[in-house]
Amino acid sequence: MIGLNLVYPIAGCVFLTFAVLSAGGRRWGNAAFHALLALSFLAGDRLGDLGNGCLVIALVAVAAFGRMRARRTDDIAPTRPRGAMLFVPALIIPATALIGTFAFKQMPALIDPKQATLVALTLGVGVALAVCYVWLRPAPAAPFREGLRLMDDIGWAAVLPQMLASLGAVFASAGVGTAVGVLAGQAIPGGSLIGAVIVYAGGMLLFTIAIGNAFAAFPVMIAAVGLPLLVRLHGADPAPVAAIGMLAGFCGTLMTPMAANFNLVPAALLELKDRNGVIKAQLPTALPLFVFNVVLLWMVIR
Amino acid sequence: MLVLAGIAVIALGFALRFNPLLVVAASALVTGLAAGFDPLRIIALFGKAFNENRFVTVVYIVLPVIGLLERHGLQARAAGLVRTLRGATPGRLLLLYMIFRQGAAALGLTSIAGHPQTVRPLVAPMTEAAAEGSDHDPEKLRALAAATDNIALFFGEDIFIAIGSILLMKGVLQGYGIAIEPLHLSVWAIPTAIAALLIHGARLLWLDRRAKRA
Repeated sequence: MIGLNLVYPIAGCVFLTFAVLSAGGRRWGNAAFHALLALSFLAGDRLGDLGNGCLVIALVAVAAFGRMRARRTDDIAPTRPRGAMLFVPALIIPATALIGTFAFKQMPALIDPKQATLVALTLGVGVALAVCYVWLRPAPAAPFREGLRLMDDIGWAAVLPQMLASLGAVFASAGVGTAVGVLAGQAIPGGSLIGAVIVYAGGMLLFTIAIGNAFAAFPVMIAAVGLPLLVRLHGADPAPVAAIGMLAGFCGTLMTPMAANFNLVPAALLELKDRNGVIKAQLPTALPLFVFNVVLLWMVIR
Repeated sequence: MLVLAGIAVIALGFALRFNPLLVVAASALVTGLAAGFDPLRIIALFGKAFNENRFVTVVYIVLPVIGLLERHGLQARAAGLVRTLRGATPGRLLLLYMIFRQGAAALGLTSIAGHPQTVRPLVAPMTEAAAEGSDHDPEKLRALAAATDNIALFFGEDIFIAIGSILLMKGVLQGYGIAIEPLHLSVWAIPTAIAALLIHGARLLWLDRRAKRA
């Protein structure tokens, strides 16, 4: 059956190519980072739990101390400008991912239905890449060189979501959710649903404002309030609890100077005198939108 | 209650601007120690979870395609599309840009526009040009152009099924033994996306009305 056994080796090969190209450019920190990710994708199941733990430690060490370098990319000059048809390969990927997600569900014997989306995404990338090779005739390594350029912009932040998801698993084993759930349960009078919704969404908002990152707030708040109170006590569907909670966190991202790349960098790019000018322009949208998310989540669970 | 120390480590570590990956690793260590796990068990626990959550990082396989298309002028085409948005007023122009940006993000095309690519070279100057002859504060208009880009991106991208935040949610829930489809999560981003468009859109159109009265 086709599933992650197809997706992971392909991802591993992409990261391995990134590693080789980085090493070729003598960018050793970036090369080590991509090589470790390639190792994880290609051989993660054979490393054992402790081996994978050591891999993570190496990855964190490279990210924190390995001097990974970014490149300036806003100076790319198109080699041979093409017309509006350029959107076609870019749109093949989401189209294949969406259609594949539904179509693969109908063939559970061939494709693992739990991984339909990722298999479809991988297929979409393959088709789009094939179209690009035939149509644009790049050098064989050119797409990967360009992909690496974007990857270097993202840098170590690329594995932050995976690290946070793993931290969520450690929180789960250590009983963090139960501990905060007990505290929150005491704070919320009489098992009130609207109280729990406000504490959950408000926690996402405030925690995101404090640390500037909704991704980091999510494993904390879902463990603390989302799962113990909303899902288990009030019987809510975990999907809207997670999705709407994350969006409440995004409202917080709009309000905080801690999210520098979204709020402070553009203020500098646009030469605003007030470095919080972008945040001030966002507040009148972010506040009502947060209230909307609270009401929406409450109505979905009620 | 000691296990809550890990949360304090995250808050403090991010606030003090340590490398976030280091902060996450330290938080895992502190949490595990507080729960009475020995260090090797914490490393193994984290390694196992990291291995099981590899799908979160799979999304970057799209970058070779996007990067190649950018080299052949994808961003220039997107900029060209923005240039055709010749609404007569600043509010209407920003509303059209928001629809374009939110729609593209919902299709996973998050990097074709942005502050360096489109806002600074196109959207901000076009908005200021559209405001000529009225008494808009140019500084406020530029800030609003950047704000519109952020809002459209944040409340568009979660509709795409293979974006980092959706896979992060799937991974965290999986850690608690709850299996959820990416599509099931992304449909729940649609109501808020529509609300964002209505709330921010109304503000943008209100901007035009207020200027007319002035």
